[in-house]
Amino acid sequence: MNEKTLIPFKGTVVQEEQLKEVIAKHRDQKGGLMPVLQEAQGIYGYLPIEVQTMIADGLGISLSEVYGVATFYSQFSLTPKGKHKISVCLGTACYVKGSDKILEAIEARLGIKSGECTEDGLFSIDACRCVGACGLAPVMLVDEDVYGKVTTAQVPAILDSYRNEGGDK
Amino acid sequence: MTLEQLNQIKDKYADLVKVRKIVAEEGEKLAKVTGYRKQVLVCGSTGCNSSGSKKVLAALDEELKAEGLEEEILVVRTGCFGLCALGPIMIVYPEGAFYAQATPESVKRVVKEHLKEGNIVKDLLYQETVHADGSIISLYETNFYKKQLRISLRNCGVIDPENINEYIATDGYQALAKVVTSMTPDDVINELLESGIRGRGGAGFPTGKKWAFAKATPGDIKYVCCNADEGDPGAFMDRSILEGDPHAIIEAMAIAGYTIGAKQGYVYVRAEYPVAVERLNIAIAQAKEIGVLGKNIFGTDFEFDIEIRLGAGAFVCGEETALMTSIEGNRGEPRPRPPFPAVKGLFGKPTVLNNVETLSNIPQIIRKGAKWYSAMGTETSKGTKVFALGGKITNVGLVEIPMGTTLREIVEEIGGGIPNGKKFKAAQTGGPSGGCIPAEHIDTPIDYEHLTALGSMMGSGGLIIMDEDTCMVDISKFYLDFTVDESCGKCTPCRIGTKRLIQLLEKITEGNGEMADLEKIEELANHMKTSSLCALGQSAPNPVLSTLKYFKDEYIEHIVDKKCSAGVCKSMLRYEIEADLCKGCTLCAKKCPVGAIAGTVKQVHTIDQSKCIKCGLCESSCKFKAIVKK
Repeated sequence: MNEKTLIPFKGTVVQEEQLKEVIAKHRDQKGGLMPVLQEAQGIYGYLPIEVQTMIADGLGISLSEVYGVATFYSQFSLTPKGKHKISVCLGTACYVKGSDKILEAIEARLGIKSGECTEDGLFSIDACRCVGACGLAPVMLVDEDVYGKVTTAQVPAILDSYRNEGGDK
Repeated sequence: MTLEQLNQIKDKYADLVKVRKIVAEEGEKLAKVTGYRKQVLVCGSTGCNSSGSKKVLAALDEELKAEGLEEEILVVRTGCFGLCALGPIMIVYPEGAFYAQATPESVKRVVKEHLKEGNIVKDLLYQETVHADGSIISLYETNFYKKQLRISLRNCGVIDPENINEYIATDGYQALAKVVTSMTPDDVINELLESGIRGRGGAGFPTGKKWAFAKATPGDIKYVCCNADEGDPGAFMDRSILEGDPHAIIEAMAIAGYTIGAKQGYVYVRAEYPVAVERLNIAIAQAKEIGVLGKNIFGTDFEFDIEIRLGAGAFVCGEETALMTSIEGNRGEPRPRPPFPAVKGLFGKPTVLNNVETLSNIPQIIRKGAKWYSAMGTETSKGTKVFALGGKITNVGLVEIPMGTTLREIVEEIGGGIPNGKKFKAAQTGGPSGGCIPAEHIDTPIDYEHLTALGSMMGSGGLIIMDEDTCMVDISKFYLDFTVDESCGKCTPCRIGTKRLIQLLEKITEGNGEMADLEKIEELANHMKTSSLCALGQSAPNPVLSTLKYFKDEYIEHIVDKKCSAGVCKSMLRYEIEADLCKGCTLCAKKCPVGAIAGTVKQVHTIDQSKCIKCGLCESSCKFKAIVKK
């Protein structure tokens, strides 16, 4: 995966301090790399190469090892996400109820593909595999808000509600 | 903590929990003893949370305070009731009044009319729970619950999962007490062997044997792992158990620890399950506090501790060796077996690894005995199985049935049939590793052997129902798309094989297929089955093979007639506007979510096929039937 981001790294000193604490907490733990990456992503929102380097140095392991793990798991992102993160569930229960069409409608509306972020940094789209709300299929999430039994007709209004802050939930 | 203290807690809270299972007069009597006139149970699991149960709980709190009822009415946030389609679910005891799809507005009425004035709000009840004469049918008498047997889910929707006392009230930690004070590890293993319990994670390996191997391997350090990396999209039983009854898993892991000689357990759970993780964390902390985890458990030398590790979104990590590699902090790639985890597992030590649902049965087997358990189910598949029933079915939700229940009973009785008068076409079990069961086999009893014989598998328990609008070629492409994404890339047959398979399927769904492709698919699929490193690759062709077996006509239709009868495959489908019928009302253009329809008022509209995503919204919104699917 070649995910070199063009967006410059804007980490702050406070974030770096937080990361150092996380590294110190997990340094002697068996298999501590995953928890460190998870918490680091919580701090920075994604895992740019600069952060991976700090983790590698902090844990005393090679950068390639960190990069290997960071690129293996779909939860880790090497590129920044939008201010509002859209996830469309493509689990089986949602898929048989047409969630692929929901995803396409969102992609067409925002002019980006799944995995990408809009130029203004407002939205990013990801397809996810089952959020466990199969009773509400098809399901989409915007940040923490869950929208169940979504139709393609509702997509424009849902997206627009986040342009003016908040969303309608 | 001693057994005596445990029993004291049990006695103290037993009635409080019992009220939630008994209705009518007896329930009324019991409710008086508990100090609460009524109890309101609200589902706080992910399904109901998504449909708004947090708002319902907040409204309930507010209204009870406003009416001054907070001292006499107990609100309990429980785990999953199973009927996710009707969420948020709210049930009032002792009447057993089941309020479906609760909202802050309906809560207001329930608090005032029912809780305060004593009149059940009949128009808000789940209609299946109301007799023609207006009296209430117990939830457990409805079609959805009647044929179910809730063993794994016994506490889900009954107790407050964040309160260890309520778990203890339902005989919680009695099995652990019994094991550490009066049973040898071999006694435990024999009990499990005799019960016939098999792993619920997919392969169905006898749990007793697994534990016996790990116990037999010498070593000072051993581990117990719980596989809660429920990756099958559309399966959510493990999540529901963790959210609804987390202490059952803790108790079972401690029993496993005692049996094999381990002091440390790990739960590997998907990071996508924040509620489950939170409840598990709370449960572990409570268990440590009262001393059912930690040192000197029940006054013995036995010690046990549990740590949670979060997965990070990799389906392959549900495979046991990959899961352990991931806990070790590496890329979650599987490794060849043998050596099996029982010999060389986590951090190279003997390890027992069980799935959540398997573990949830174990304390009850210890408490009630192997015979109780083996009396349920079929000859070779004992006990019950939890299924996440989803797709084109009325009662979407979580169901637990005795092994041997037929697919027809699940679909037609428990599931309430297919909505919108559509016909049942197939059921998919086992997720990306399983296969489809067609309508002609709907009377198949569900157990390990029957499903395997049909070319599917038990899997972890996703059960997706498909109707005539589902294209089987598209569905197998969907699963392949998943396995292409999730193949870890370590072994060639899986990495390249899944890619090649999907290319062949794409060729067919795009209308470029040839009959020879079907032979290629079968040949490749069989190679993958025999030569892939782990179960992911070995089972990845199953969805294709099983649909090819039962729905070959559909493949041939796509290849020869270039037609998709289900109307799913986009290259074979287009929406067109009939010029003579279009009145130029602009409705379709306004509705189209992607702006593919052009036209001005009173002019015939046209659809830009390159933009159209074929969602069908225009067709359903046109009042003049001017838009047709071709």
